Amino acid sequence: MISLLDLFSLAAIGAGTFFFVAGTVGLLRFPDSLSRLHALTKADNLGLGLVVLGLIPRVEISLAALKLILIWGLVLTSGGSTAQLIGRVLRRGRK
Amino acid sequence: MNILPFLDILLASLIVTVAASTVVARDLFAAVVSYVAYGLLLAFVWIRLYAPDVALTEAAVGSGVTGVLLITAGKRLAAIRKAEPEAQPGPALKWLTGALAVLVACALAAAILMLPDVPPSLAPEAVTAASGPGAGLGNPITAVLISYRSFDTMLEKVVLILAVVGVWSIGKDAAWGNAPAPLGRSRPSPAMVFLAQILAPIGTLIGIHIFWVGADAPGGAFQGGALLAAMWMVAMMARFDEPPRIDAKWLRLGLVAGPAVFLVVGLAGISMAGNFFAYPPGFAKPIIIFIEAFMVLSIAVALPLLVAGPPSEGYET
Repeated sequence: MISLLDLFSLAAIGAGTFFFVAGTVGLLRFPDSLSRLHALTKADNLGLGLVVLGLIPRVEISLAALKLILIWGLVLTSGGSTAQLIGRVLRRGRK
Repeated sequence: MNILPFLDILLASLIVTVAASTVVARDLFAAVVSYVAYGLLLAFVWIRLYAPDVALTEAAVGSGVTGVLLITAGKRLAAIRKAEPEAQPGPALKWLTGALAVLVACALAAAILMLPDVPPSLAPEAVTAASGPGAGLGNPITAVLISYRSFDTMLEKVVLILAVVGVWSIGKDAAWGNAPAPLGRSRPSPAMVFLAQILAPIGTLIGIHIFWVGADAPGGAFQGGALLAAMWMVAMMARFDEPPRIDAKWLRLGLVAGPAVFLVVGLAGISMAGNFFAYPPGFAKPIIIFIEAFMVLSIAVALPLLVAGPPSEGYET
């Protein structure tokens, strides 16, 4: 029997995987670096966030859930900042 | 049907592809990026082999720190090439280098192919040793590293110090004792400053945590030290801190602290426990944590210095 929590995990991780796939397709197919960057950050932020959300009901100790959220937060911070840094370099190169 | 073997094969072929693209890449930067990806994929392999300790080290050192090191090295190489465009190696030298590389690869391949069916292994002895003098540690990897393979672990850190000395020796004589050039631009971008402000404090805590849990769970001195090193580098890239003068007392003490403390404790083992690098029973855990704390310090100091490069003769700040 699949419980409601399992269904929730499945849906969230599935949606997260979708964002990763969509982000990867964007990274490969988009025409210029700035839009590729845009696709990539969506995959990191939303995809990983949804995967973490889906994993939270499956942890054995609550500390592990906190760690998962912390990892997501760190990826958000570093991903967003590095995207800004790369974007700046790109803009400077265009002028 | 189990899907894991297929994923493993996929992972393995992906690694071979990425490794090949690292070798054939014409552009230095592209090669470094492939190499970083290769390191991250290799970390997945270690996880599949149930070796999270090695996976952590691979991700932090093999991919992270080495990546930074190679990117800065590539940038410096480009600067040198721009300065002396005629300094291209001739075809004879290129062929010789290629032949040497092929020779080394063949020797390695032969060594792997000629391994006996039951490879000689010290693993069973290591396991007994880990439950002996290193007892009290929940993580057998750390126990083996510090009490069974203590000499290797110590010499690894000595190699790091030698590497730092090697990097310093490239600098000009007049620059000796100066600080290496700053890691970041004179006006770091706000995004870099923001990243350093958020990441550095949290990362430092996580680094100490990984070192501390290394006694009982995956983690340890090298993984924790590499994280601390990365956080120091992030702070230096945002110009919150500058690379220190290489003749600073604290810097040199920090560099040698790990191996020095390890050696002193090892020598004390002769009188305390009857053997070089033996720990008195019952005290193994506090002693190992004590040694590892200094190891973390040495690693956290040595890795950023490798990235910072040789001392420079003076730069605009």
